[in-house]
Amino acid sequence: MIAPTQVDSQVSSQVNGPARAVHSPAGRGLGLGRLFARHPVVSRLVSLGLFFLAWEIAGRVPISYAFPTFTDTLYAFVTMLADGSLVMAYGSTLQPLIIGIAISGVVGVVLGIVMGLSRMAEWLVAPVFVVLQSAPMAALIPLITFVYGIGLVAKTLAVIMLALPVIVLNGYKAVRNANPSLVDMCRSFQGTRLQRITKIIIPDASPVIFAGLRLGLAAGFIGVILAELLITPTGIGDLITYHRSVANYAEMYAAVVSIILVSTLTLAALEAFEIRVLRPEKRRG
Amino acid sequence: MTNSAAVIHSNVHPMPQAASDAAVEVRGICKKYNDVEALRMIDLDFPRGKLTTLLGPSGCGKTTLLKIIAGLIEPTSGEVRVNGRPVTGPGPERAFVFQDFALMPWATVMRNVAFGLELRGMGKAERQSIARKYIAEVGLAGFEDKYPHELSGGMRQRVGLARAFAVNADVLLLDEPFSAVDEQNRRKFQEDLLRLVEKERKTFIFVTHSIEEAVYVSDRIVLLSRRPGRVSQIIEPKIDRTASPDAIRRDQGYLDTVEEIWQGLKHYVD
Repeated sequence: MIAPTQVDSQVSSQVNGPARAVHSPAGRGLGLGRLFARHPVVSRLVSLGLFFLAWEIAGRVPISYAFPTFTDTLYAFVTMLADGSLVMAYGSTLQPLIIGIAISGVVGVVLGIVMGLSRMAEWLVAPVFVVLQSAPMAALIPLITFVYGIGLVAKTLAVIMLALPVIVLNGYKAVRNANPSLVDMCRSFQGTRLQRITKIIIPDASPVIFAGLRLGLAAGFIGVILAELLITPTGIGDLITYHRSVANYAEMYAAVVSIILVSTLTLAALEAFEIRVLRPEKRRG
Repeated sequence: MTNSAAVIHSNVHPMPQAASDAAVEVRGICKKYNDVEALRMIDLDFPRGKLTTLLGPSGCGKTTLLKIIAGLIEPTSGEVRVNGRPVTGPGPERAFVFQDFALMPWATVMRNVAFGLELRGMGKAERQSIARKYIAEVGLAGFEDKYPHELSGGMRQRVGLARAFAVNADVLLLDEPFSAVDEQNRRKFQEDLLRLVEKERKTFIFVTHSIEEAVYVSDRIVLLSRRPGRVSQIIEPKIDRTASPDAIRRDQGYLDTVEEIWQGLKHYVD
C-alpha cells in the first residue's frame, strides 16, 4: 500500500533533490525499531509470542505423538500449580540448589579473589579447577552416590561440583586482569594494599565475578536436575521422570519449561541486583 | 654524542638558578628491563614552581622516568630526591596525572576527585568540600554527580587533574595528559593548564611527544634521546606568557624554539 508512493516520492525527489529520498524511508522504517529500542520488554514479548506460536503449530501438526501443544502444556502447568505438585517439587529441588549455590558463591568468590591476588594460591588451586571445569561432571555424579549416598548431601555436592569451578575461575581471572592503570593510580595516591584490594581491584573485577556467579547459578540448575535424574528422582526430576513414565507428555513438558522459567528469572534477578547495587553508573544510559 | 647534557638557550637568558632550589633532583638514574636499556645516567634538576617538560621520540623512556620520579617504578640504579628527601615509593608531596585518565568508572566525578583524600582517611564532608573547589577550578562545576562515561575525553582528564590538585602535592607529574584528548579540547586545556600553573604555584613535570605543546606550556624543556634515553638538550623557551594564547602561538620566539627542537629531534626519526 505504501510501497508505490514511496517509490514515487523517491523518483520524484531524485529529480527535485535527493534530501527527501534519504530521509523519508528511513523515518518510516524506524517506527518499529524505535518502539523496540525504547521498550525492550515489547521485543522480548514479541519474540516469546512467536516462539509459542511455532510451538503450538508444531504440536498441532503433530511432529510426534509425544509432543504436546503449547496450550496443552500451559493447561498442565496451571493444573500442576493449582494442585500443589509443582510447589512441592520446587520445595525439594530448591533445597540442594540454594545450599549448593550459597556455598559455591561464598567459597568460589573468596577463593577466586585469593587466587587472583597470590601466585602461591594460584599454583596450588588453579589446576584443580581447570581440570574440574573441563571434566564431564555428569560422569562423576554416580561416584558421589558411592561416597555420600542418595540424600541431600549428594545432591548439594552435585550442585557445587558444577557451579564452583566457573565461579572460582571467573573471580580469579577478573582479579588478575584488574586495570593496571587504576592499580597504579591507587598506589600513586599512597593507597595501602588493603585499600587497593577493596577500593580498586574488587570493584573493578565485580562485573566479571558476577558473570561467574550467573554462569555458576546456571550450572547449579544443571547440577540439581542431573542429580535428581541420575541419583534419586525427587522434586522436578521426579515430576519429569514420573510423567514421562506414564506418558503424560503435557505435564512432563510443563515441568521442563517451569525449571527453564525459574532459572531464567533467577538469573535476571541476579543481574538486576548487580546493576542496582554494584554498578551505579550502568543505571543511566 | 656525549653523555653530558648540553644546555642551550634559545635566547639570551641568564644561567638557570635551578640548582639552588630544585624541587626534584634526579641523580644518575639508569633503568634496564632485562636486557633493554631504557634510561642511561639521567641527571636533572626540576626547578621549584616551574613547568618542566620531558620531550622525546616515542620509546625514549620519558614516561619511565616520570614513573620513577613518582615512585611507581624502581630504577635499576641512581636516586631521585624530592624536597631533598630520597624517593622510595609514592609520597604525598607528589601527585600523578595519568595518560589514560585512570578514573574509576563506578565512581562519580566527586568521588574520583576526592579519592586521594579518601585514601588518606579524610572525613567525607571535608574531602568533598576540597574536591568541589578543584572541580570548579578545572571548569567542571555542575558535573560532580556524573560518571566518567558521561564525560568527554577532555573532561575526563580535567577530573584527573582535579584529583591531583586536591591532594595538595608540591609536585605534579603529568604523563602525556592530553594525548587521548582531541585537538580542539587539547588547545583549550593547554591554556587552562597555563592558568592553573600560574595560580597553583606548584612544580610541574610534564611528559609529551608534541613539540608545539612542549614549547607552548613549558618554562624548561628537557630533550631526551632515543633509547637508551639520555638527556640530549635542555631548552628554556623565552616566551612572553602574559600575551594572549593566540599571540603566543604566532610569536617569533615560539616558532623559532619549535623549529630548533625539531632540528634537534629530526635525526632520531627515520
